[in-house]
Amino acid sequence: MELNSRTPAGPIEQQWDRARFEYKLVNPANKRKYDVIVVGAGLAGASAAATLAELGYNVHCFVYHDSPRRAHSIAAQGGINAAKNYQNDGDSVRRLFYDTVKGGDFRARESNVYRLAQNSVNIIDQAVAQGVPFAREYGGLLANRSFGGAQVSRTFYARGQTGQQLLLGAYQQMMRMVGTGQVKLHTMHEMLDLVVEDGVARGIVVRDMRTGEIRSHSAHAVVLCTGGYGNVFYLSTNAKYSNATAIWRAYKRGAAFGNPCFTQIHPTCIPQSGEHQSKLVLMSESLRNDGRVWVPKRKEDCAKAPDQIPEQDRDYYLERRYPSFGNLAPRDIASRAAKVVCDEGRGVGPGGLGVYLDFADAIKRLGEEKIRERYGNLFDMYANITGENPYKVPMRIYPAVHYTMGGLWVDYDLQSTIPGLFVAGEANFSDHGANRLGASALMQGLSDGYFILPYTIGNYLAGVKGGPIANTGAAFKAVEAEVDGRMKRLLSINGKRTPDSIHKELGRLMWEKCGMERTREGLTEALAEIPKLREEFWHNVRVPGSENDLNQALEKAGRIADFLELGELMVRDALHREESCGGHFRAEYQTEEGEALRDDEKFAYVAAWEYRGDDQAPALHKEPLVFENVKLAQRSYK
Amino acid sequence: MGGINGRAMNLTLKVWRQAGPGAEGRFETYQAEGISSDASFLEMLDVVNEGLIEQGDEPIAFSHDCREGICGSCALMINGVAHGPVKGAATCQVHMRSFGDGEQITVEPWRASAFPVVKDLVVDRTALDRIIQVGGFISAPTGGARDANEILVAKPDADEAMDAAACIGCGACVAACPNGSASLFTSAKVTHLGMLPQGQPERSRRVVAMVAQMDEEGFGGCSLFGECQEACPKLISIDTINRMHHDYLRAVLTLRPERSGAGEG
Repeated sequence: MELNSRTPAGPIEQQWDRARFEYKLVNPANKRKYDVIVVGAGLAGASAAATLAELGYNVHCFVYHDSPRRAHSIAAQGGINAAKNYQNDGDSVRRLFYDTVKGGDFRARESNVYRLAQNSVNIIDQAVAQGVPFAREYGGLLANRSFGGAQVSRTFYARGQTGQQLLLGAYQQMMRMVGTGQVKLHTMHEMLDLVVEDGVARGIVVRDMRTGEIRSHSAHAVVLCTGGYGNVFYLSTNAKYSNATAIWRAYKRGAAFGNPCFTQIHPTCIPQSGEHQSKLVLMSESLRNDGRVWVPKRKEDCAKAPDQIPEQDRDYYLERRYPSFGNLAPRDIASRAAKVVCDEGRGVGPGGLGVYLDFADAIKRLGEEKIRERYGNLFDMYANITGENPYKVPMRIYPAVHYTMGGLWVDYDLQSTIPGLFVAGEANFSDHGANRLGASALMQGLSDGYFILPYTIGNYLAGVKGGPIANTGAAFKAVEAEVDGRMKRLLSINGKRTPDSIHKELGRLMWEKCGMERTREGLTEALAEIPKLREEFWHNVRVPGSENDLNQALEKAGRIADFLELGELMVRDALHREESCGGHFRAEYQTEEGEALRDDEKFAYVAAWEYRGDDQAPALHKEPLVFENVKLAQRSYK
Repeated sequence: MGGINGRAMNLTLKVWRQAGPGAEGRFETYQAEGISSDASFLEMLDVVNEGLIEQGDEPIAFSHDCREGICGSCALMINGVAHGPVKGAATCQVHMRSFGDGEQITVEPWRASAFPVVKDLVVDRTALDRIIQVGGFISAPTGGARDANEILVAKPDADEAMDAAACIGCGACVAACPNGSASLFTSAKVTHLGMLPQGQPERSRRVVAMVAQMDEEGFGGCSLFGECQEACPKLISIDTINRMHHDYLRAVLTLRPERSGAGEG
C-alpha cells in the first residue's frame, strides 16, 4: 500500500488555489452521467450531497434515520470557528491554522489544516445566506464567543444549538435538491458493506431497515460521511446509533485506517448516575468561558456541600496550572487535569468521579439574567438530568468520550486508499491531529462537504467513464451474500447474552485500558482480552426476531460486532505509539510536570493501518508529517 | 442505585405492540422492576428490553438516538400525553423521578394518519421532510454567498427566528392535535425563514407550497386548539401559526404566476 498525500507543491497559502486550478473539470452536460453515493447526512454528508447535486451530479444519499435531519451533528452545542476577525482581536487564517496544528499536538497534516482555516470564512457566509440564525449584536452584526485553546474570539454560535442550526441549513439545501430530483434520498437504509470492483469503489450494500431487504447500489464514486466511532466505549456523548460499520467495512475492503487510537475525551460532561446509564451528555465547552473549575484542596472536604467549603480551601486547578489559558485550556489538557485530581481522591459526587464547574462568580459579576441568556438551555438540560439547580449549586462535571480524531486515512483530496472512495467529516482522520479544538468539528464537516469534495470528486470523475454502472456483477453478488450470511449468523447463535451486555463489557475495557491514560501493560492486557470477548459474542450472543422486518436488536448486534474488531485496532495503535500526544496519553511518556511528552524523532507520522485478513495482524504504514510553517514545540498553555 | 438522589422503583407498563405496518396492534403488559429514579424513561425501556432479549422475546421497538432532546427521534405517547409529563422536554429527557413508585404507565406511538406505524412504537414521519422539501429552505447554492456581516439582522428578529428554528421535527405537535395537523411544525419553519432578510424573496411561494404539501400528506387543518404548543418539547409558540396564516393570506392575494426559467425550486 502506498500512502501519497498528494499535497500540492508551493507555499502553503497558495496550495489550495493551485490545486483547484489544476483539478480537471467535468463538462456541465456530462455531469448528469455520473452517480455519486453519499452515506450519511450529517454536516459533511448533507453539505456534500446538496453541493454535488447543485453541480449536476446524480446523488444518492443513504441514512439510517427516518429523516436526514437527525444525524448526530445536530447535537453539537457550542459553536463553529472561523477566521473572520470580526472582533478585530488579532485573528487571521494563519492564526486559526496555527492554533489547530498546535492544538492537535503536531500530529495533523499542515496543508489540510491550512485549507480548513481558509474555508472557515466561506462557511459562515454560506450558512448566513441559508438563514442560519446565528447570535447577533444589537446593531445586527454577528456575535462571537471564545472557545478552548484559543486566545481570540472566533466562535460563531446559535445559542447552545449551533450544530442543529448548521445541520438544518445543510439539510434544507439538500431537501431542496431532493425536490428537484437531483438527490435521491434513501431513509432507514443502513450501509453494511462496500463493493470494490477492479480496484475501485463501485457501490455499497445496504439493508432496508423497514423490510430487511439487502440491496446493492452502484455509483462512480462513494462518499462516506458516517461520523466517528466513540461508541466503541459504550458510554460516550455520541448518539446511540452512531457506529463504525461503514468505515470499518471499508477498512476491511482495503481503505487504510489512520491514527485509530486518537480519541477525544471531553472535559465537561454530566457524570454517570448509575448502572442504567445508556449514554453521557455533554455540557458545551463554552460554559468554561464563565464557569470556574475546582475541587476541594483536601480529600476530607469532598463529601461537604460545596457552599460549606470556603474559598481558601478550594483548588481552582486549571487556573493554578495554566494561568494564561486557565479554564479555557484545551480539552485533552482539561480532561487529564480532572482525572489527576480525581485520582488523588479529591473528586466530588458519586464515586468521587466529578469536579465542580462553578458559576457563582460569573453570576455575581454579570447577574443571573445574563448567564441565563448565554447558557439558559444548557443550565435547563443540566437541571433536567441531575435534578439540581446550577444557578444555586455548582455543576458537577466529568470527562467523557466525545470525538474520534482518527478515522479512514485520506489524501489532500479526501480520497481514501481505495480509488473512488472519499471520506469526509469525523469519519476521516484529517485536520485535528491528536486533539481537536472546540468548535472545529462543525467547521471541518462543512469545509469538507461544501468546499472540498465538490472539487476533488469532479477531478476524480473527469478521469472515469460516465454512464450506467451495473450493480449485478460478481463483486456485488459476493458482497450481498456475505452481508446476508452475517445477518443470518447473528440471528442463529441464540446464546445467553444480550448484545448490550457485551458492548458494555467492551466499553469498560476500552475506558480502563485505552481511555484517558494508557500504559504498555494495560494495552497488552486489552490486546489479549478483546479477542476473547469477540469469541464470546460470536458464540453466546442472543439476537431475537427475524431479518425480514425492523429489528433493532439485529442492527445493534451488527454494529457491536464491528466495534469488537475496531477496539482491537485502537489498542494496537495506542500500544505502538510510544509517546504521549494530545488525547493519547501514555503514562510512561510524560514530563516532570505530568504533561504529554511527544517523541517527534520517532512518531511525527500518521499511522495508517492496512487490513490483511482476520487471522493476521494489520500492516502499519507511515505518512511522515513535515512541519514547514509551524515550529514543532512542546505545547504550552501555561 | 447510584446517583445522588436515586431510589429504586417498580412500575407496570402497558405498551403498544404491533408487528408491522399492516398488522393489528395490541397492548402488552410488562413489569419494570428495580428502576432507578435517576434513569431516563428510555433507559427504563432499555432495562425492560434487556429482560425480553434474555427470554428470547423481541424487544419493544422505539425510535431514539441522541437521548439529549435534540435529534427529534424519540416519540412516545406516555399516559396519553405526547412526550410525557415534563413540559418542554422530549421523551428522552423525561426521568423516572417524574413518576410514582408502583405506577401504571401506558406507552403508545404517535397516532396520526400521516404517521403510519412501522413497528411497535416506531412511526414513519417522512411526511414532515416532504413539507420541507417543497419550500422549507432559502435557495442558496454553495459558493454564491456574500460576506456574512453584509446582511444585518436586528437582534429581536434573529431571536424570534431562532425560537422558531429550535423545532426538532419530532412530530409531537401532530400527535397532540385532535385534527392531526402539522401546522406548528410548518409554521415554525415559515417563521424562522420569514423573520430573516435572506428569507424574503421566497416568502410567498414558500408558505403556499408548504401549506399545500401539508394537505397533500393527509395532515388535518388547524382549529387553534393549542394542544401542539403544550406538547412541543421546544416550547414553540402557537403565534407562529398566526404568522403562517397571515403570510399565507398575503401570499395568495399577491402571488404572481411563475414563469418558466424562474429558477429551480
